[in-house]
Amino acid sequence: MARKQSTRRTVAITILAWFIGLLMFFPILWTAVAAFKSESDAYTLPQNMLSTPWTLENFGIVQERSDYFRYVFNTVIIAVLSTLLGLLFAVPAAWSMAFAPRTTPSSTISGWGWLAIVFSCGLIAAGVLYANGWHPQNAVVGFLLLLLCIVPPTAWVWTRATTDTLLWMLSTKMMPPAGALIAIYLMFNRNGLIFKDWGWINLSEYNLIDSFWGMVPLAMLLNLPIIIWMLYTYFKEIPVEILEAARMDGASLWNEIVRVLTPMALPGIASTCLLNLILAWNEAFWSLNLTNKYAAPLSFFISEYSSPEGQFWAKLSAASLMAIVPILIVGWFSQKQLVRGLTFGAVK
Amino acid sequence: MATTQSQAIGKWALAPSLLVLSGWAFIPLVLTIYFAFLRYNLQDPDNTSWFGLSNFYYFITDPYFTKDLLHTLLLVFSTIVTTVVGGTLLALLLDQPFLGRGVVRLLMISPFFIMPTVSSLVWKNLLMHPVFGLFAGIQTYFGALRPIDWFGTFPLISVIIIVSWQWLPYAALILLTALQSLDEEQKDAAAMDGTPPLSYFRYIVLPHLARPITVVILIETIFLLNIFAEIKLPGVGGVAGNLTYLVFSQLNDANDVGAAAAGGLIAVVLANLVSIFLVRIVGKNLEA
Amino acid sequence: MGTIQLKKVRKAFGETVVIPGADLDIKHGEFIVFVGPSGCGKSTLLRMIAGLEDITAGEILIDGKDMTDTAPAKRGLSMVFQSYALYPHMSVRNNIAFGLKMAGETPEQIAPKIAKAAATLNLTEYLDRKPGQLSGGQRQRVAIGRAIVRNPSGFLFDEPLSNLDAALRVNMRIFIMQLHQDLGSTMVYVTHDQVEAMTMADRIVVLNRGVIEQVGTPMELYNKPQSIFVAGFIGSPKMNFVEGNTIGVRPEHIAISDKKGDWPGTVKITEHLGSDTFLHVDAGKRGQITVRATGESNYGPGDKIWMTPDAKRLHHFDAQGRVTKV
Repeated sequence: MARKQSTRRTVAITILAWFIGLLMFFPILWTAVAAFKSESDAYTLPQNMLSTPWTLENFGIVQERSDYFRYVFNTVIIAVLSTLLGLLFAVPAAWSMAFAPRTTPSSTISGWGWLAIVFSCGLIAAGVLYANGWHPQNAVVGFLLLLLCIVPPTAWVWTRATTDTLLWMLSTKMMPPAGALIAIYLMFNRNGLIFKDWGWINLSEYNLIDSFWGMVPLAMLLNLPIIIWMLYTYFKEIPVEILEAARMDGASLWNEIVRVLTPMALPGIASTCLLNLILAWNEAFWSLNLTNKYAAPLSFFISEYSSPEGQFWAKLSAASLMAIVPILIVGWFSQKQLVRGLTFGAVK
Repeated sequence: MATTQSQAIGKWALAPSLLVLSGWAFIPLVLTIYFAFLRYNLQDPDNTSWFGLSNFYYFITDPYFTKDLLHTLLLVFSTIVTTVVGGTLLALLLDQPFLGRGVVRLLMISPFFIMPTVSSLVWKNLLMHPVFGLFAGIQTYFGALRPIDWFGTFPLISVIIIVSWQWLPYAALILLTALQSLDEEQKDAAAMDGTPPLSYFRYIVLPHLARPITVVILIETIFLLNIFAEIKLPGVGGVAGNLTYLVFSQLNDANDVGAAAAGGLIAVVLANLVSIFLVRIVGKNLEA
Repeated sequence: MGTIQLKKVRKAFGETVVIPGADLDIKHGEFIVFVGPSGCGKSTLLRMIAGLEDITAGEILIDGKDMTDTAPAKRGLSMVFQSYALYPHMSVRNNIAFGLKMAGETPEQIAPKIAKAAATLNLTEYLDRKPGQLSGGQRQRVAIGRAIVRNPSGFLFDEPLSNLDAALRVNMRIFIMQLHQDLGSTMVYVTHDQVEAMTMADRIVVLNRGVIEQVGTPMELYNKPQSIFVAGFIGSPKMNFVEGNTIGVRPEHIAISDKKGDWPGTVKITEHLGSDTFLHVDAGKRGQITVRATGESNYGPGDKIWMTPDAKRLHHFDAQGRVTKV
């Protein structure tokens, strides 16, 4: 039952809501207007800006100067491939947590026990590395030790109850990229930790800086916890009974996932993909730090317009508009689904 | 309930994700810990040596450190307060019936889709520029002689404004979705009881929003701790930098891997302090 | 064939024991109903037979073969779920055909089977619809159709009628009983509704806290309940217990008079059903007693009456709630 609303109140709310909506949208609108102005008009005071002639020249200049289309291509490659790659990992993981959840840890070693193992592994590794330094012949030992450092915590997480595993995944997203930047930079860089002349094999020809081979997995890893969580909340809404019915009907696990679960979860999977696409499209930290040319996405393309060089606002606006319009349209079309997914199950 | 067989399959289905995520989380962490104890400068990469705790000492005593730590916390805290309070008010407004709800919703959510690099440059130049910016124009129109130089005078506040603009839509729309899921019968019951609007909000709406608000806070914290483009592109890293920016500049400007690693570790510790606290709350909410 | 045997079947989730150990023999063609209050383990037991739930200990034999660790689909059983569990993205036809497809049957083999099932279930004109476009009763029939096309040796029903409204529930009850007569297959049916149990079952299995309290025909359970739990659970209105729960008597086995009798009392509330009248009587130290009077009763609230239980129909229980021979 809808409560009675006075017309006056509805009018007031309509005006207020539209005002705030337009206010929020205004910076984008203003950019769009400036993009179609000549440089000198873009600098004139606001009251004149709307009355001056419109022009398309900025878009041509931006394309000519910065090769916009290459950046769009790069962004699409990174966003789409990282999304697909992410799904490959996230769908089984989310399935597992939603439909085969573990309520109690399956391991009996206590938290402190594990912590001690991790700590001593790390200590040994650090000690050996310190004693030997980074020399080609013993770096292999170093990597083995590194492996030793990550296996126990992985095993620990693997044996936890489902909610703990999920929260651990989220906490990896909490890890500040600043903490990983140095390591990733040195691992990706030529003559860094991996791509150098090892003596028995020469990797110094290769590197992952400014390369899709580095950026795609990176973008995937960045968003993996979020998309696993989102998929998990979507999967949890699917009644287990339907999957059990499929099992009674003789469907194999493969058929259960491909013919029953996936079609039912399609809206959820779609909005998860879109979120991943949007996050990857807009990612800035790693793009700015690890790319500069061949694999640089739109974030980098825009950053080239950050240093003032004469009159550049119209061109900046045109470039900005070109960078945001594709994803804005995708976002508009999917916003209903997306927002529901972004509640991460907090709204029933 | 699942059978042992599906439990076993489930365990292996989870393994690939866990493996890549723990690789992603632990390998850089272990390496960073190692570097944090080295004297290691990229300008002289062959000359590394054990440096003990000196990197930490230099990083912490760096005058930028305390400032940037404070900036980090201020940025996260004020943005969350702004977006959650503003988002709740907006959600309450948008929950009312009015003309063109769908379009207003589209207008409202748009900033969320804008890439940080774009919003920082557009705000810095087109809106907040002290001479040609729109804000300055409006001020001049109303007779101000010296309009506010946003990024010059209030760099941190300017960053907070931009970031809040980006995240307000998220908070507002999540909370709106939550409001719309509020049981109609509960609304009717409150109306029958003659509940005044404020008590209705306090005792019925707010408890209903508790879960979505925790999720909003969690998600925003994750992203806000690592704000980078909104500080680097407007060029206010020196005056309004956060820890992420400080680590970046140690690596980029000073080429000092050791100090950057030490700073990264401090950022990790900070993030973990925040996340332990947050994840606990969210964990409780997830189980409920 | 369609025999199902449970041998010391046990279910525990970690420390929590849900079913300590159940033994049961289900004969071919029997209609067995598991009944009990919610949380008594009846659904768990059914799901263990289906293979959807692991068995902690003991074994399950279907048609004499040990199926304890067999995959659900390989047990030759079909199941109808409480929520129907139809595949929402498939048409009715594909919902029914899914199991056959999974079994590797060709479209030529499948088509006639679907046509036959649809005819039996009055679903022919709905075959191309999606489950979302069907009413509750139609969905229920699709769920049954999905179960029967596989021609199983036994059917499992998990509270299949609890989502239907009262009128439809009565119709579907009769429909399922008719189906049982026509197919002659073994059916195991879980419900919390004792009326469904009494009307449908060849034999009823009463469960309480994971323990089988009693197995028997509806009339055996009604006339000779082995425990106070079964006595209280079977029959409506509920049996009256007096004298510190050592004596039970059903409301329909109490005669009333306004002049003389064994137990005096005051009528508090009357419920008129037309065919019967239920009198809720305050019997002083004996507590509240429900009496069922045939037809219309002239007694109203406040009337003083005398009640006389039928001595041959009294049930005696010991302190543990087990029945005692008198």
